[in-house]
Amino acid sequence: MKLTKLVAAAALAIAAASPALADLVLPSLSYRTGPYAVNGIPVADGFADYLTMLNARDGGIGGVPIKMIECETGYNTEKGVECYEATKGEGALIYSPLSTGITYQLIPKATADGIPVHSMGYGRTSAANGKVFEWIFNYPATYWDGASIAINHILALENNDIKGKKIALVYHNSGYGKEPIRTLEELAKKHGFELSLLPVDHPGQEQKSQWLSIRQQKPDYVLMWGWGVMNPVAIQEAANIRFPMDHFIGIWWSGSENDVLPAGAGSNGYKALALANPGDGYPIMADMKKYVYDAGKSAGAGDQVGTVLYMRGMYQALLSTEAIRKAQEMSGEMNVTPAMVRDGMEALNITEELMAARGMPGFGPAFQVSCANHGGSGIAKIQQWDATTKKWSLVTDWISADRSIIDPLIAEDSEAFAKENNITERACN
Amino acid sequence: MPDQLLFAMEVTLNGLMAGVLYSLVALGFVLIFKASGIFNYAQGVMALFAALTLVGIQDGQVPFAHLINAIFGTNVHHFGWHVPAVFAIILTLGVMVLFAIIVERYILKHLVNQEPIILFMATIGLAYFMEGFGDLMWGSDIKKLDIGLPQGLNETLESVTYGWWGYGFFIDNLDIAATIVAAILVITLTLFSQYSKTGRALRAVADDHQAALSVGISLRFIWVIVWSIAGFVALVAGVMWGAKSGVQFSLSLIALKALPVLMLGGFTSIPGAIVGGLIIGVGEKLFEFSIGPMIGGATENWFAYMLALLFLVFRPQGLFGDKIIERV
Repeated sequence: MKLTKLVAAAALAIAAASPALADLVLPSLSYRTGPYAVNGIPVADGFADYLTMLNARDGGIGGVPIKMIECETGYNTEKGVECYEATKGEGALIYSPLSTGITYQLIPKATADGIPVHSMGYGRTSAANGKVFEWIFNYPATYWDGASIAINHILALENNDIKGKKIALVYHNSGYGKEPIRTLEELAKKHGFELSLLPVDHPGQEQKSQWLSIRQQKPDYVLMWGWGVMNPVAIQEAANIRFPMDHFIGIWWSGSENDVLPAGAGSNGYKALALANPGDGYPIMADMKKYVYDAGKSAGAGDQVGTVLYMRGMYQALLSTEAIRKAQEMSGEMNVTPAMVRDGMEALNITEELMAARGMPGFGPAFQVSCANHGGSGIAKIQQWDATTKKWSLVTDWISADRSIIDPLIAEDSEAFAKENNITERACN
Repeated sequence: MPDQLLFAMEVTLNGLMAGVLYSLVALGFVLIFKASGIFNYAQGVMALFAALTLVGIQDGQVPFAHLINAIFGTNVHHFGWHVPAVFAIILTLGVMVLFAIIVERYILKHLVNQEPIILFMATIGLAYFMEGFGDLMWGSDIKKLDIGLPQGLNETLESVTYGWWGYGFFIDNLDIAATIVAAILVITLTLFSQYSKTGRALRAVADDHQAALSVGISLRFIWVIVWSIAGFVALVAGVMWGAKSGVQFSLSLIALKALPVLMLGGFTSIPGAIVGGLIIGVGEKLFEFSIGPMIGGATENWFAYMLALLFLVFRPQGLFGDKIIERV
């Protein structure tokens, strides 16, 4: 009798301690500490707050609550892998590592474990080839798209003639920062511009050499693939040497308020690619206020609402939850598995109507994912900083990448990956 | 004059200026090591904490606002006032002195006569504690530091050099300010240690703890003084580096820039920290300028350590460090 009671008590205790199996588990590999926390916090807050709102307003997705498990990576690849290993057993449905380095490490692991990874606008660009990278997604745009979009913007400014122009790339000396080099080299061949490469070592607090070099070489345009402290230091140094800020264009990870505010008036006119619109004037924010902010359920300090990176965190959560919703529709199961979610991601069709229905009309691009295309539409806008009003404003509509350059590069790189890893390409109809 | 030579001269000048900034960080390490034999791993975090406190006080930020709001359901963030820079600096210094007293009372006092490695480990713990404490106290968002320091291109120097050679040199006004501040700091520290009673006591403790104690010098008082001065140096370093990037948590990593300076200049010499900083600054910038483009760039971080190691081969105690002779 005693044994029966003991077993029953133990079973109850285990049930209480374990996550409810019915929960939809979404891990958040965040970084709220360390040198990159300034950028990690708003993304993590936006991601968490959107999920909190869905739980409070809709009871989750399809009536099944969402359970977010946050794990601190410190933007450190080893810690990111530890987080993955520690959380995958909880029933994780999608991983969003918020780090290209971590994404690279998770590609073989998540593929073997059958858990989808969504590196939204970062990670390994050639993962856009769904025939090779079955479990990895990087929609709505990739770094190679970003490089091409930046060059297309410059082409538009220069009447489609940049032959002989000098373009410098200032980049974080890491896997992330090196991603666009291949594409830019190809684009340099096609358009005849001269590309110079200026790596900046982690964390990027000291960039005197790079900017002296820019002052001496006098490039016509400077592109930046930076993250964390590297961004504000670069913008400050550019202002110091009086580089024309409207000829300085950052990738979408170098285009937040954190990057421009420290340089004050000097950052006026700086441009960056926009994965989605800046600003928070969307109907969804009323629900966020009602169910999250006013309810005292904000993640973190609750002081990041509306910033570019906070909204990006929300967008990441929206795309993840839409994939789960799609998986529920397709399978008829509310308690979906990672494999079902992968199918949902592959069938994702983000239309303008859907974005409007979710309270974010026109926020991000309309795009469709498919078996072969995991990279989305590959489009972005250009935003420009106004230091007086302290606001980003859009200066272009959506700009497309040069598919004639990007697609062969993706095919080449993914084929090489498939060969190295003995992967047979899937047939996609 | 050939362009490349002019560029090299400009790079050398900027290297000297960068070296001053490295020296500022290294100075804090030297002061504590000299007086107590502790390699203070927390020096970089002290710079971060001091800069956070300065901006927090200046902007009238409520300390621990996040914690207060979470516990009491309030929504307080700012007092609504703006403290002038001078007063904010004085108040921050007060906080750093308080910090020194706490460190002495709750850490160092309990570790007297312990092995240096134990003390080093204690400072590692202190560094992580302070990083978390700073986050809790002031928040982890990026903060703009504005205490009226000049910043940007020095036009006078540019026009003078342009007049001479037809190419205007770039020197950042902030770097010039840092150089002046560093010079004043070193002169003051030297005068303090040579001519004041406390300074002489400090040197006595640095030479021999036991002997200093036997003549009535209070080790605890000296430690508080040394950690307070190191806190002041950390504030200066935090201000100079924070003005470049905004005050954010990556500031704690500036300590990495001080290590090769210490290896080169010696852990016990104030002039060593200065000369070491200048050699590292010029060496890494010239190497990046001349060799960097041939080998892919981004050489500065590792070249600084290479240069320091090269010096160590010939002078293991560093350029100005004390030669350690232990008799058996």
